[in-house]
Amino acid sequence: MVKRDLLLGLVLAGLALPAAAQERFITLASTTSTEQSGLFGHILPIFTRDSGIGVRVVALGTGQALDVGRRGDADVVLVHDRAAEERFAAEGYGGPRRGVMYNDFVLIGPAADPAGIAGTGDVAVALRRIAAQRAPFVSRGDRSGTHAAELRLWQEAGTDPVQGRGQWYREVGQGMGPALNTAAAQEAYLLSDRGTWLAFRNRQALRILVEGDRRLLNQYGVLAVSPQRHPGAKTREAQAFINWITGAAGQAAIAGYRIDGEQLFFPNAGEPG
Amino acid sequence: MQDLGSAFMAAIALVRDGDAGMLAILGLSLRVSLAALGIAAVVGLPLGALLAVARFPGRRAVVVALNALMGLPPVVAGLLIYLLLSRSGPLGSWGLLFTPGAMVIAQAVLVTPILAALSRGVLEALWEEYAEALRSFGAGPWRAVPTLLWDGRFALLTVLLAGFGRASAEVGAVILVGGNIEGFTRTMTTAIALETSKGDLPLALALGLVLMVIVLGVNALAQGLRDVALRRAG
Repeated sequence: MVKRDLLLGLVLAGLALPAAAQERFITLASTTSTEQSGLFGHILPIFTRDSGIGVRVVALGTGQALDVGRRGDADVVLVHDRAAEERFAAEGYGGPRRGVMYNDFVLIGPAADPAGIAGTGDVAVALRRIAAQRAPFVSRGDRSGTHAAELRLWQEAGTDPVQGRGQWYREVGQGMGPALNTAAAQEAYLLSDRGTWLAFRNRQALRILVEGDRRLLNQYGVLAVSPQRHPGAKTREAQAFINWITGAAGQAAIAGYRIDGEQLFFPNAGEPG
Repeated sequence: MQDLGSAFMAAIALVRDGDAGMLAILGLSLRVSLAALGIAAVVGLPLGALLAVARFPGRRAVVVALNALMGLPPVVAGLLIYLLLSRSGPLGSWGLLFTPGAMVIAQAVLVTPILAALSRGVLEALWEEYAEALRSFGAGPWRAVPTLLWDGRFALLTVLLAGFGRASAEVGAVILVGGNIEGFTRTMTTAIALETSKGDLPLALALGLVLMVIVLGVNALAQGLRDVALRRAG
């Protein structure tokens, strides 16, 4: 009997868990780059303090995050693939899309640099050299914003890496961190967002080899999930969050986040883009 | 080797400093896994006992299915629960996705077949010993279930611990249905996955060591309770 009461108590304790959390909250589907770089840990407590709205971040690739929004399992999405964001809005799942901030991608590779791309400063030239040398290249392969940017860059380089699939072109189908771990272990090249790279600890021989090319710009946008599609979406709280992050306070919070003195994200909600 | 050494040092530091964030994550891990184990025990143990004593057409098929479900991949269980609990799914109005409640349900789905299948095996052996005696009291299969569960309680403890091990160690289901939300649905295993992907391998391994020590402690505690109870039962 005692045992049965104990079990019942455990079941009730388990079911009571969700009730213990903050009452007003939104679910934000976002990218691993914003979460793992520590940006959200810096800015979201400021928003919660000022608005009384908690933010629960589910960090995924951009493609997955948008899918979570499409199913109505998030109230807001903050991602970095403009074409996919505009498709999401055009399909009526949410929006309008608002620009928030940018940072940049960097082309990373082993210090030994077998394809000789260091110092080119031209990402298309660098990718063509990697393909010509058939040097190992790790691709996210997960429909993330970084994956979309990488495919766009290959196209600009006029090279189709898919011919090297399974050989030098290695699609891991995972997040930025696992892709970096794989590249570190295999001394491979890869494209990373700068934020995740700066926060990444297991670098081994990896270095930044190409940066600063205008085509490496990485723009983030934010969209509220449409209450017409999903009546459960918390539109008012979602809009409060979007107003905040694109407003003066949120933009200043983004600009204030630094790792080792280096600013990671540059607010640009005021500009078209 | 250097990483392994620093992992041990980091693990010791985490425990020594009683790191508040880690303690909250650890607490959530234990609460979720124990709640899932509780639900699975209420469903799985009587089911296992019933399968041990009852004879009905299709029983063998049920036994085979339960044995197979012990190997249900956590990520598949997680995906099923995800689609059920999604706002676009049949149970979306419950608003449980990305909450600890969803993680409890997913782990209960994983653990119930383990408890049912293993307890069926344990209790069937017991039933062969007792069947005559219980039948002579006029006890049918239904009446025999509570008696069997009570008499087999010490053996069933091991079954429960196997279920607890499965729940506390899995990451595939809880990361899908819980979303690994900091301060809300982050458990030890999802935190380990996160630190690994941030490249902080020593911290990831340190968290793993802490989790293993806690699981070891739970097992030792259960074993100790069992010994005390056995002595009392004399």
